[in-house]
Amino acid sequence: MSRWAPFEWIVALRFLRQGRAQTLFIMTGIAIGVGVIVFMSAMLASLQASFVTRTLTAQAHIQILPPEELPRPLRVSTAAVVQAPVIQRPVQRQRSIDQWQTIVSEVKSYSEVTNVTPTVSTSALALRGDASRSITITGIEPAVYFRIVRLPDYLVSGEPRLSTEEIIIGSELARELGLSVADKLSITTAGNTTRRLTVSGIFDLGNKGANQRSTFVALRTAQTLANLAGGVTSIDITVRDLFAADSVAVQLAAATGMQADSWISTNAQLFSTLSAQEMSFVTIELFVALSVAFGIASVLSVTVIQRSQEIGILRAMGTSQRQVLGVFLLQGALLGLLGALVGAAVGSGALKLFHDLVRLPDGGELFPFSVEPVLLLLTVLLATVTGVLAASVPALNASRLDPVVAIRG
Amino acid sequence: MADSARTGPIVQLDGVTKCYNVGQPAEVEVLHGIDLTLEAGEFAALIGPSGSGKSTLINIIGLLDRPTSGSLFIHGQETRTLDDRALTRLRSEAIGFVFQHHHLLSAFTALENVMMPMLIERHLPAAEMRARAHALLVQMGLEAWEHNLANNLSGGQQQRVAMARALALNPALVLADEPTGNLDTKSAEAVFALMRQANREHHTTFLIVTHNNALARRCDRIIEVVDGQIVRANH
Repeated sequence: MSRWAPFEWIVALRFLRQGRAQTLFIMTGIAIGVGVIVFMSAMLASLQASFVTRTLTAQAHIQILPPEELPRPLRVSTAAVVQAPVIQRPVQRQRSIDQWQTIVSEVKSYSEVTNVTPTVSTSALALRGDASRSITITGIEPAVYFRIVRLPDYLVSGEPRLSTEEIIIGSELARELGLSVADKLSITTAGNTTRRLTVSGIFDLGNKGANQRSTFVALRTAQTLANLAGGVTSIDITVRDLFAADSVAVQLAAATGMQADSWISTNAQLFSTLSAQEMSFVTIELFVALSVAFGIASVLSVTVIQRSQEIGILRAMGTSQRQVLGVFLLQGALLGLLGALVGAAVGSGALKLFHDLVRLPDGGELFPFSVEPVLLLLTVLLATVTGVLAASVPALNASRLDPVVAIRG
Repeated sequence: MADSARTGPIVQLDGVTKCYNVGQPAEVEVLHGIDLTLEAGEFAALIGPSGSGKSTLINIIGLLDRPTSGSLFIHGQETRTLDDRALTRLRSEAIGFVFQHHHLLSAFTALENVMMPMLIERHLPAAEMRARAHALLVQMGLEAWEHNLANNLSGGQQQRVAMARALALNPALVLADEPTGNLDTKSAEAVFALMRQANREHHTTFLIVTHNNALARRCDRIIEVVDGQIVRANH
């Protein structure tokens, strides 16, 4: 018996040790449950984080666009004639954002905003020899834009450099047109403007469509191609708090009179997928936790019955009801804690194994492996609390045993 | 409690009755108005046929059960008004138990079983608890077995450990329910001698429930219960 351990600890530990097989079985059960929870939570967190990172390193948090053009029907209505106007949606011409310089400097004054940069987007044909491909051209100011979309991280060859005569293209387009860095390429727009540009870099965004169609040129080049001298078609913005992008977008729209779309609304489907996934994971985890709790409760209930005579003796010797309660609550807590520690290790190990074995078709990782210490700590804490709660009914039963009846057996 | 403070009545019962199934058709009174006083240092036997109410009486004196009516004083303290916590406290301070079936805690060694009442009390440092438990086991002649788990001891050894445990906190009163009932003659004699020794050395009051008339005759006083009434309480 240790020098400092109080009575409840000594008896609880000894009871657990004596009921070795029982203790081992239930602890294995708890470890498996906690392992599943850790595995699923960590995988979900990693998957979500990698989704969000992938999405956000390839797009702005908020995009300011010119307001949509709306039809304005003439109001002709007399008492005698009822008209039912048929309103045709107008075509959305490519327009510049009115007074975009003012808007940029206004947006910059917001404390939530971290980066602001104007861009010009237009569609064009890329031509080389007999081959042609339709592409989207984005004109950017590389210095700021690369802070919003981490294009340099995705370059597979060349430099993240854009003079007015250069273009950065995707790997798929490069393959289809047989292009490599320093090759020339003709760009023709619908307005019949043609420019010959030199490929300065080739990127791989991990998405075939994007690698086929997206290209980046200097802002001025895009303005010329789009026939928007001095104009821009959108203002790209990043904000400090990713998940506040929606409310910042609303503020910006109100302040500028322009349309402001946040990444949350443009990726609504991704978000609903993520939350559905999270919901199903949480439901599974909840049921796993419940079955672990009932496991602990049933094992301890059996222990109370097995040990009722000993509990009676302890009571006769002067053990208070509170001490008996403590002995069994402590057993629940210890089972929860020890099972959870093993489970946390097993869950993390299983996730590492899964991460290493299950790969994308190209050999890349499905998600970055990371197990947050907070998650482990929280799971262990929760399992311990669950252990105490699960033990409460058997512990109360034990503390309420009538010593006379218990001793008689 | 210091041995020198042990004077006057340790146990006093005034008109104690015990009914089971109170208020139900099957209500049965097993003790009828018991008056009994045990003085400090008494060594008494409680005898009577099976079902006469001996166990009920000893459970009431041991504060494990409450009387239906009447009053019980332990060392001058009225127990009727005490709540469960206060009763537990008084029981642990003043009373030691020895049961017929030893009732040691199987998960613990002999030494640890003897330390258990001290551990529950929490007053003593660990080293002193250990020393005291060891001394008691030496007295019982069990020092060679003190690290054996309770289950690995013979019946006689277990009963001697139980005796040591009952004496661990040097209680004023020891209640022994058939302490030698399951033992061979030699072990029974040893246990009896140990009880006598504690009684002599520490002025500990003993109340021993027994069916063994020879053993009862060797006690200083015989209290006989028949049909829930004391029919003899002579010295």
